[in-house]
Amino acid sequence: MISFTVNGKPVTVEDPPSTPLLWVIRDSLNLTGTKYGCGMALCGACTVHIDGQAVRSCVAPLSRAEGKKVTTIEGISPDLTHPLQQAWIEIDVPQCGYCQSGQIMSAAVLLAENSAPTDKDIDEAMSGNICRCGTYPRIRRAIHRAAEIKTQRGAK
Amino acid sequence: MSAATEMKRREFLKAGAALGGGLLISLYVSEFVPAARAADSAAKPVALNAFVRIGTDESVTVISNHSEMGQGIYTSLPMLLNEELEADWARIRVESAPVDAVYNHTVFGIMMTGGSTTTNSEYDRFRKMGAMARIMLIAAAAQSWNVDPQSCRAEKGFVIHTSTGRRASYGSLAEAASKIAPPKDIPLKDPKDFTLVGKPVHRLDTPSKTNGTAQFGLDVYIPGMLTAVVARAPVFGGKVVSFNADKAKAIPGVVNVVQVPSGVAVIAKGFWPAKLGREQLEITWDEGPGAAVSTADMREKFSALSKTPGLVARKVGDPAAALAGSAKTIAAEYEVPYLAHCMMEPLNTVVDLHEDRCEIWSGTQFQTGDRAAAAKVAGLKPEQVKIHTTLLGGGFGRRANPASDFVTEATEVAKAAKVPVKVVWTREDDIRGGWYRPMWYDHFAAGLDASGNPVAWTHTIVGQSIMTGTMFEAFGVKNGIDSTSVEGAADILYGIPNLQVDLHSPKNEVPVQWWRSVGHSHTGFSVEAFLDEVAHAGGKDPYQLRRTLLAGQPRMLAVLDLAAQKANWGSALPVGRARGIATHFSFDSYVAQVAEVSVEKDGTVHVHRVVAAVDCGQTVNPDTVKAQLEGGIIFGLTAALKTEITLDRGRVQQRNFHDYPMLRMFESPAIEVFIVPSTDHPTGVGEPGVPPVAPAVANAIFAATGKRVRRLPIKPEDLRSA
Repeated sequence: MISFTVNGKPVTVEDPPSTPLLWVIRDSLNLTGTKYGCGMALCGACTVHIDGQAVRSCVAPLSRAEGKKVTTIEGISPDLTHPLQQAWIEIDVPQCGYCQSGQIMSAAVLLAENSAPTDKDIDEAMSGNICRCGTYPRIRRAIHRAAEIKTQRGAK
Repeated sequence: MSAATEMKRREFLKAGAALGGGLLISLYVSEFVPAARAADSAAKPVALNAFVRIGTDESVTVISNHSEMGQGIYTSLPMLLNEELEADWARIRVESAPVDAVYNHTVFGIMMTGGSTTTNSEYDRFRKMGAMARIMLIAAAAQSWNVDPQSCRAEKGFVIHTSTGRRASYGSLAEAASKIAPPKDIPLKDPKDFTLVGKPVHRLDTPSKTNGTAQFGLDVYIPGMLTAVVARAPVFGGKVVSFNADKAKAIPGVVNVVQVPSGVAVIAKGFWPAKLGREQLEITWDEGPGAAVSTADMREKFSALSKTPGLVARKVGDPAAALAGSAKTIAAEYEVPYLAHCMMEPLNTVVDLHEDRCEIWSGTQFQTGDRAAAAKVAGLKPEQVKIHTTLLGGGFGRRANPASDFVTEATEVAKAAKVPVKVVWTREDDIRGGWYRPMWYDHFAAGLDASGNPVAWTHTIVGQSIMTGTMFEAFGVKNGIDSTSVEGAADILYGIPNLQVDLHSPKNEVPVQWWRSVGHSHTGFSVEAFLDEVAHAGGKDPYQLRRTLLAGQPRMLAVLDLAAQKANWGSALPVGRARGIATHFSFDSYVAQVAEVSVEKDGTVHVHRVVAAVDCGQTVNPDTVKAQLEGGIIFGLTAALKTEITLDRGRVQQRNFHDYPMLRMFESPAIEVFIVPSTDHPTGVGEPGVPPVAPAVANAIFAATGKRVRRLPIKPEDLRSA
């Protein structure tokens, strides 16, 4: 039995400690916003936060989450008000949308650490996330826009 | 296309018949969409035809018979419908259609999504369905007010009696409207009066794709469902001889192991134990002739074939004589590899099979075929199989499988395991699973006259046929020529007086399939790169030569000029950078692209900027058109710079994104898309952005380095400077 919190709620699961956190989140906790793309930490579709750090949950064993705070895409805001969600909607970033949970979770850590990322900062932070539909130009625009939204809100 | 998509009276009748007679489609609602009805029970949705339901809560549900795989169709189709319906856009919702003849593709006659055809094939029908519903709503209001319908108008979800200002909401009128006979005459707006179509509209599916609520096939969980992964043969066409599942069954969570025609399925409580179980299987395979396939051998064989005459796909003038009489001739060979589609969501299907019925959840592009295939496996009638189309985490053609491979297999697993099951493909299964874009060889020769203009052009193509042996053979293969093998080559727009295109279609065990832009994915590259060679051989500017050869093609000439002008063709660039240009006509759309490229000493290619111009007729959602072009360019760049599937002893040598790498953000160019304004019938958008980018990049590399790229993916080792 391993206990941790997911999106602020305490959970206890019976999966073996070596099970990748991704499959615990999806198959045991039924939070399906976190996606499977490669199983080798190569595509970023499974990105979640553990204590605020971006983690590829497809290779992170469940044991790594023990006693920690896990945040998934479902926990990033209750009502689409996170600056990244606002920017994603404003710019219509997603196409198929499958990779976008992971894109947003990676971008969220970047934005938390850097309130005005440059293109180079974005390239570095987002290099682990693949989008097969090719939404990269819009993701870049949307991260810049989210930084603006965040700054404007902070100024109020 | 417009004639083919014209909705005729008889099709309305057919629509009604399929739904239980007339247009009392409340019956249809209860029969086909019980879940939706239950959810809406308070709202009492009323169907005005098969494509739109209106609730007493004013909700307007548009039924989409095409799959949403990123191309924005869950927004564009409602836009078409609501252009005529005049409901409040904020009330529009979308639902995927069940499989029924009424939802068949207006051209292909089955329910499917592909070939960049959704918008153009539904352009008339969805507007007519919206207009039909509006006319019925107005008639209902006029009847209740006892006034002439002509004296009423529709506006943002209300019918208004113009002279008195009386208003009634669509929700309040829907029930009465559903009892009104559908109109025979359904006039449509002139495009110049469009208020929604042609204006950028935010996608309806974006919010759900930013908070984790969008439901893809992989996200479907039903009561009692187990998860399966299948061990498939290590070579194409291999069969199970025997297997031992003792160790697999010892893995905690593994429930069952069953043999199916495609291999051995491990069924478990969740994906992870299923995958661990699969790793423990001991299987003896009969590999069969597939074990002899090697792409190195195929390259030699294809190259040799490309220098011999094939079946003639097109002949104009006397190319042999023209070549012999040319002032200068050049020849070259081009090649491209097998490619996997690599949708971000790996293939999966949920099957709940019972004795007398079967329910399937899948992100499919090919509902009618999948339903028939599942019914055959299950021993049921197609009508007993219900398919729920989820969102697709990418499609690119792979999810329109002519053999319904992933749905058939999942039904086989459910049948053998006797439990509701979700079959999940791993990324390795996806990359090694076949159904690739074919490997192609192209041999060209061109003859130039004394002033450097091409007067003869011969092109011999070698590659597997996609359509032969499928249900599309009768439609797409004529006299041994698969139209998808020669598209973009036999129909080039350039005015060359003597031209011949030949085809060889060798067979082997590797299954091939349409891959975003299909045949154009190779002819776009080879034709446009060889034309660049012709331009340089004749001492012509590649843009100017294209202008000359497109003199009789005003629409392509216009996009070529637009792209060249926006890219400042001919102006100075920073040292080391160069431009390349290409055009390509595909899916009835005209596209030109200019790529700006530099090459490092170690051969690394940087694509800095791509400027694209497109004429796709009337746009429905112009921002979606731009997004599709952007995405097509990045998809094409991955093929140009990154990926190839190779086989040795029948085994695919790639397995995941480390050795089948996708373009990433830091490698993506700045992309600018320009749309030629038009009110012509819409043409394809999902695929036409792909073909021109590889040649534009290859031609830019030649301009930058003098090195000619004739093989994809572009290999840095071929471009290293001494």
